[in-house]
Amino acid sequence: MYAQMVKTDGACVKSLEDMEPQERAFQERIDAGQKIEPKEWMPEGYRKTLVRQISQHAHSEIVGQLPEGNWITRAPTLERKAILLAKVQDEAGHGLYLYCAAETLGISRDEMYEQLHCGKAKYSSIFNYPTLSWADIGAIGWLVDGAAIMNQVPLQRCSYGPYARAMVRICKEESFHQRQGFDVLAKMVKGTPAQKAMVQDALDRWWWPSLMMFGPSDDASVHSAQSMAWKIKQNSNDELRQKFVDQTVPQADYLGLTVPDPELKWNEAKGGYDFGQPDWKEFFEVIAGNGPCNAERLGARRKAWDDGAWFREGLAAHATKAEQRRTAGQAAG
Amino acid sequence: MSSEWPLWEVFIRGQHGLNHRHVGSLHAPDAEMAIHNARDVYTRRNEGVSIWVVRSTDITASVPSEKGPLFDPSNSKVYRHPTFFDVPEEVGHM
Ligand SMILES: [Fe+2]
Ligand SMILES: [Fe+2]
Ligand SMILES: [Fe+2]
Repeated sequence: MYAQMVKTDGACVKSLEDMEPQERAFQERIDAGQKIEPKEWMPEGYRKTLVRQISQHAHSEIVGQLPEGNWITRAPTLERKAILLAKVQDEAGHGLYLYCAAETLGISRDEMYEQLHCGKAKYSSIFNYPTLSWADIGAIGWLVDGAAIMNQVPLQRCSYGPYARAMVRICKEESFHQRQGFDVLAKMVKGTPAQKAMVQDALDRWWWPSLMMFGPSDDASVHSAQSMAWKIKQNSNDELRQKFVDQTVPQADYLGLTVPDPELKWNEAKGGYDFGQPDWKEFFEVIAGNGPCNAERLGARRKAWDDGAWFREGLAAHATKAEQRRTAGQAAG
Repeated sequence: MSSEWPLWEVFIRGQHGLNHRHVGSLHAPDAEMAIHNARDVYTRRNEGVSIWVVRSTDITASVPSEKGPLFDPSNSKVYRHPTFFDVPEEVGHM
């Protein structure tokens, strides 16, 4: 998802009996549905895993602005431009809420930026694909934000208070994102044959990467079991992927589009669709940094950070001077 | 040079005459910028009519491990709640 394949600390899930009293009390609070708050005692593995997960999520929001930002200057109307600007600005906000949540666990903002810029930290694979046409902007809102919502809604109930509260804010804003994307496509499919073809082409390119957002199957994974015990992950990747497909296919039908999966078929018995697997080799390549736009995305982030250095330093210097003037004035007065 | 802007806690008064409420935090070089940034980060949809910002380092918090000694004493004082007292039905609303 926005945090894909987060490595969980902890070799296996311990039973309550095997825990030291402090850890046991902690786990019992989680089991009882209580929130864990900053500065409270927590196992080091819980803290580290959350730092990884929340910072990865934050990085995804921030890097996720880039593919859409590509079309702000080329939106077809002033209204679409204003809407896209507002959407991208929301994503910046999402990144900031999440960075703050991660900081409550003892990592600094600069450290997180550093991890992103040096390539050590991951962000969602989806943002390493190019936005080639205006229809891609529609497809991102509809599919990518749609997939993000699937994942983020249950995270509102996660055990770590600041993360859960950030997710509540984010979820309130996401449905605007998905609807504006769907609206772009709904208009385009009623346009010329060329415009409709553009929408189909966008779906063809974004469908599989969207399914990859949920990450590979993790039903048998120890990481996933531990994260679930800690309630920082609520559903398995396959579960969420299934939900996403079931919700999205009828919407594609409504738009008159063909989902590019020959194996896609309604399964009456399970009450959901059967569908094919994405190319996981491609997924691991993208995660490893070899996707179509990885270098461009990281390059843009680094450049923004470096080019903004004089501005950050200038404002800091101004603040220091104003503070000195204020204290000097107080001393004299 | 890595000199991170200080962290500020943001409090916002919603539309309905409520108290300012903590909504999150952000980094800014000074109080004035913190207010500007808080406007953009936390009130993009009319969530507030007033913003307070406080430097995070200026907040003194109670210690989580002292929750017991701090709050337990009020547990036994149930008479502080009106429901502790029986009011005969004939007396009417009180
Ligand atoms: Fe977002
Ligand atoms: Fe997003
Ligand atoms: Fe979004």
